Amino acid sequence: MSKDQSQVRQKDMIARHFDRLAAAPDTGDKTAYTFVPGNLTELLLSFDLLPVLPEINSLQSAMRGKTAEYIALAEKFGHSEDVCTYVKSDIGMMKSGNIGPTGQRLPDPDVLLLSYTGCFTFLKWFELLREEYHCPVAMLHVPYQPDGRVTPSMRDYVVKQLRDEVIPTLERVSGRAYDEDRLKAHLALAAQAEDDLVWVLQSAKHRPSPIDAYFGAVYYVGPIFSAFRGTQAAVEYYRALRSEIDERIREGKGPVTPDGEMGQERFRVVVEGPPNWTSFRQFWKMFSDEGAVAVASTYTKVGGMYDLGFRHDPSRPLETLAEYCLGCYTNLGLPTRINLLAQYIKEYEADGFLINSVKSCNSFSAGQLHIMREVERISGRPGGFIESDLVDPRYFSAANIKNRLESYFQMLEQKRMGGAA
Amino acid sequence: MKYTIGIDLGSTTTKAVVLNEDSVVMGRGITNSRSNYEVACQVAMSEALINTRFSLLRNELKSEGLSEVELDRWVSELERRFRAEQYRSQLTVLTRELNRFAGRMLIGGAALRAAVGRITGLMAAEVEDLYAEGTRRKSDFFRDLAGGRYMKLAETESRGHGVGYDQVVGLFDKSILDVENSAEAAGRFKDHMAAAVCAAGAADGVLGQAVSRVASRELEQIGSVGTGYGRQRLPFPEGQIKSEILCHGLGAHAMFPLTRTVLDIGGQDTKAIQVDDQGIVTSFQMNDRCAAGCGRYLGYIADEMNLGLHELGPVACQSDSPVRINSTCTVFAGAELRERLSLGEKQEDILAGLHRAIILRAMSLIARSGGISNQFTFTGGVAKNPAAVRALRDLLTEHYGDLDINISDDSIYTGALGAALFALRDRRRSAGAPAIH
Repeated sequence: MSKDQSQVRQKDMIARHFDRLAAAPDTGDKTAYTFVPGNLTELLLSFDLLPVLPEINSLQSAMRGKTAEYIALAEKFGHSEDVCTYVKSDIGMMKSGNIGPTGQRLPDPDVLLLSYTGCFTFLKWFELLREEYHCPVAMLHVPYQPDGRVTPSMRDYVVKQLRDEVIPTLERVSGRAYDEDRLKAHLALAAQAEDDLVWVLQSAKHRPSPIDAYFGAVYYVGPIFSAFRGTQAAVEYYRALRSEIDERIREGKGPVTPDGEMGQERFRVVVEGPPNWTSFRQFWKMFSDEGAVAVASTYTKVGGMYDLGFRHDPSRPLETLAEYCLGCYTNLGLPTRINLLAQYIKEYEADGFLINSVKSCNSFSAGQLHIMREVERISGRPGGFIESDLVDPRYFSAANIKNRLESYFQMLEQKRMGGAA
Repeated sequence: MKYTIGIDLGSTTTKAVVLNEDSVVMGRGITNSRSNYEVACQVAMSEALINTRFSLLRNELKSEGLSEVELDRWVSELERRFRAEQYRSQLTVLTRELNRFAGRMLIGGAALRAAVGRITGLMAAEVEDLYAEGTRRKSDFFRDLAGGRYMKLAETESRGHGVGYDQVVGLFDKSILDVENSAEAAGRFKDHMAAAVCAAGAADGVLGQAVSRVASRELEQIGSVGTGYGRQRLPFPEGQIKSEILCHGLGAHAMFPLTRTVLDIGGQDTKAIQVDDQGIVTSFQMNDRCAAGCGRYLGYIADEMNLGLHELGPVACQSDSPVRINSTCTVFAGAELRERLSLGEKQEDILAGLHRAIILRAMSLIARSGGISNQFTFTGGVAKNPAAVRALRDLLTEHYGDLDINISDDSIYTGALGAALFALRDRRRSAGAPAIH
């Protein structure tokens, strides 16, 4: 019952946001297209700019079964089969009338805010959108973290860009002056929601875990990764969600799956890599049917590494935004990612870890086999490797993936029984 | 005799292995999987049980004091005669099916039936020679043996009697599925064996009595485990279905206990598996959704080259200058093959290059699964192919230095053996006995 409340709340938040977007041409609201990693939602909100997130639109299109058509259309316009399928889905959606996930038409962007360059494809993606929409681009170059730390010069470099490039562009587009007090107020709200999100994600340390921290958690991170970070609505959503999860813990319940309450928790796994969105439910069912629960995942950190302690700090508004952008999961070097996964396995008492290597995303996939070997070595837990894609249904082979997952879980069971299985 | 059975339902062939309670392999059976998994499963099981009775017969005769030489002679003669009886029984079903399909033809049915009658009549008359002592048969599968002969005779028919070659061959293609999917065609041990014993002129002696005892011996199944790509389709409860990765790991360990790395190249997937000293899988990698470079690739190439699958390896082994084939994509490799042929490259050199291309892809999987720890065991149907083995040995030595490379003559049964061992372990555990390692 209480579960339904948070779902209803989220659905309502999203509906209202898309209503505002659909009405934007009439109301005069301005929109900024931007990406999840390194998003500067609080800054956009302080200029009254409405965020549109093309990646989220692509994954939503996949869940609605639209991406085969969109990707085919993008390929017809000359994009090769090897181009990231988030990009092609977005291009296909745009060429099909830019109808968003709620069935309403999305407004054209007034500005493209490229606030994370760790993914080179983002740069090319917005280059394509700029050709289409002829709107200004505000670009933030974000240095990579090769040795797992943000240096003062890296932070200052990003702050300088925010001050000299991004803020002046947003001022021009929105017609409003930069208002640091407004930004600070949004950042304070962000930090509140972040506290509750971390609590929810860390609830998976319980046995049984009350949540699935990969499949289930993509819903939990929805508001904070999209247009709602830094809003009162997000604060209320995460407070409500936290109390629901708290109740599940008290009742000793496991996660809720699309097929209802999950049965006995047999395997606890950590997952690296984004999910497949075209067969999301089927993919999840392959885990839940085996009694496998994801207790931690890296994908649910792409919009912020909050569980490692980062919080938006209203007292240092531009510095905190710079540090946020620099701290994106895919901006971290391989040793940092390896240690993070090993740490998750230990802290969440996982039986093993699985890597879903997606064809589209080199930011994630490059080096994943190395990650697997190293995490196995450090944690002593076995890794499994599966391959699919983000939103191209042609790259989800259900029989192959099921075969690997079943083999992996049987391997875990056999190890657990010391060879007697 | 109490036994457990493991069934490996692969995309190309279905294999079964029967173990006695002491983990000794008593019987093996194999058939084409084709489209009907359940029947393939039944046929493989029935074959494995027939094979088991031959093992029992051998044991019986041994206890009668027969020497190894006598044993080999008698058992192989009986087996040869038994297979001839089985072939006759399959031929009977084939003839019936051919006539049934010919009877459905609106035009030319009578001529076709007459042609089929002549062909199958000749084939029936040749059974004795086909299974004569010392004759080499090019395959153990009825499809290959009967098919090869049928096609030849169909050519003669089309030349001599003006019957359409395609029509006659088309009838075979339709009928053979029913023969392969018919448990009746495979026949029963008792009937075929009785005929075999009579044919061998040994019905009244020690041999006849031993056969009679073995035929009436009750075989009690105490456990079964299914594996392989079609395992979800096996008529086993969920708890008795195991991943082929685990089964290949355990099977390879049972065949070669020092195995640490296993490479299995099956019909539609290639697996690199790391196992510990108990045969427990510690890590594995499989090809992704694309089955390029798997056993089916060889099947496709065989068709393109108009060769039998089993002929590919020996032809490729004649090459001393393999060409470089870039593509392991089945379709592109076909194009590359035709291009090479048109450029005048030798068939054996192209085939050697194709085998090397497959093994190169497998090498990448091995590397991804964590490299190689000695000893290395190669399993699956492709391990029977001498050119694949040669390419593998060359590349392994090149990349990993000297290794112990194990390949069993029964490599194709590795998964089924692992499954049968799992069944035995389950049985022992449920009976409170210690599990076998």
